[in-house]
Amino acid sequence: MENLLNAVQTFSAENSPLDFYLVLENWRLFWKGLQNTLLLLVLSLVAGGLLAIPLAIIRATRVPVLNPIAFGFIYFVRGTPLLVQLYVIYYGLSQFEAIRDSAAWVILRDPWWCALISFSIGTAAYTAEIFRGAISDTPRGEVEATIAAGMSRVLAYRRIILPSAFRRALPAYGNEVIFNLHTTVIASTVTVIDVLGAARTFNNKYYLAYEGFITAALIFIAIVFVITRVFNLMERRMLRHLKRA
Amino acid sequence: MENVIAYSPFLMKGVTVTIALSVCSILLAVALGLLGAAGKLSERLWVQRIAGIYITIVRGIPDLVVMLLLYFGGQVLLNQIGALTGLWTYFELNQFVAGVIAIGFIFGAYMSETFRGAYMSIPVGMIEAGVSVGMTRITLFRRVIWPQLVRYALPGFTNNWLTLMKTTALVSVIGLEDIVYNGFAAGRATREPFTFMLIALFVYLVLTILSDTGLRALERRYTRGVQRGV
Repeated sequence: MENLLNAVQTFSAENSPLDFYLVLENWRLFWKGLQNTLLLLVLSLVAGGLLAIPLAIIRATRVPVLNPIAFGFIYFVRGTPLLVQLYVIYYGLSQFEAIRDSAAWVILRDPWWCALISFSIGTAAYTAEIFRGAISDTPRGEVEATIAAGMSRVLAYRRIILPSAFRRALPAYGNEVIFNLHTTVIASTVTVIDVLGAARTFNNKYYLAYEGFITAALIFIAIVFVITRVFNLMERRMLRHLKRA
Repeated sequence: MENVIAYSPFLMKGVTVTIALSVCSILLAVALGLLGAAGKLSERLWVQRIAGIYITIVRGIPDLVVMLLLYFGGQVLLNQIGALTGLWTYFELNQFVAGVIAIGFIFGAYMSETFRGAYMSIPVGMIEAGVSVGMTRITLFRRVIWPQLVRYALPGFTNNWLTLMKTTALVSVIGLEDIVYNGFAAGRATREPFTFMLIALFVYLVLTILSDTGLRALERRYTRGVQRGV
């Protein structure tokens, strides 16, 4: 048994193009990275989604005063790289003594929280544009039906317009989730151990050039595969009424 | 403020690198995109497969992972090939070249989807008409396919270009002295990181606004002959 293990280890280190034994030996590192990546992904999607809904409603219904502000915010976030946005928050804010002395400093000096904040802002802007399109595309008949039924505006949004819009936004939102997963690797640039952070640590530890990155790439492909599957299932369930016979 | 003025030539150098990198990358991306689209539209099954694998892999892996893999892994791979063949002894991959290859490779996949969609939007009748008046394949491409390909691909191209420019920020991670890298260095040296990172942010915003307006104008030019339904 031990001989076999040794043989596998030698094969992995010397003959295999990827030293998979070494990667498996360090599974804890990659597991930690995976946890951080998924946590950052899910939490930023929740926070960003909650922020995106009011932004989308403001944009779709053209609320005076707020609409240009929302437009400016979305354009600014979408027109600049997330990496730089994260640098502004993580490295930039320490320039101000007022922030360093404030209670918020506990959060703002932590790279993990800064990453979460910037990812949430980013995904909020992109998701708001998707939701805005979906809300604007609400069939006129549905809106008229809510008026005919005597619904208040709030009730109409809660019961009819938003649920209907979310369903239509589902395919585009699925892409946004994958896109957001891809941007979470930027956390590794501010020392967070996400999947890529784990890969970089691994490569530095063993002085390797690509083993860690290939492992990271495979993990990401697996996550994307799962996300795609989940969204396909959701679409099949929730968009059943739109399916052609 | 004096710091900003003092460092402005240094920052401008970074801006030049960012623009040069973006332009070189988009050229490679367009070339790979045309190849990828041709591959996906090819009648040969194995060509279709290869193009399909290329597009799926790139869309599955984050940009930064591809970039680091190409920069560090590519370097080792090149030297191993050199050692095996004895053609070269040591080869150092330049960050700019690595950046262009990585970004071009990534966006080539997105471009091929754009071009494929655009090609499929060209009415078959037009191509048949070209063939029936005896156009050669080159004339057909130049007079019939290309002008329409550009028209249908431009909106997608605009989106890809805007995303590509933002992606170039990632090359600062492998040490290329672009606007992010230089802005970061200046911010650290002057202890004003916020000021300099904000400047970098606005450089990207200005580049985005300029490209946005420029490309929309081009779109209007190429759609002159199209009548809008509404």
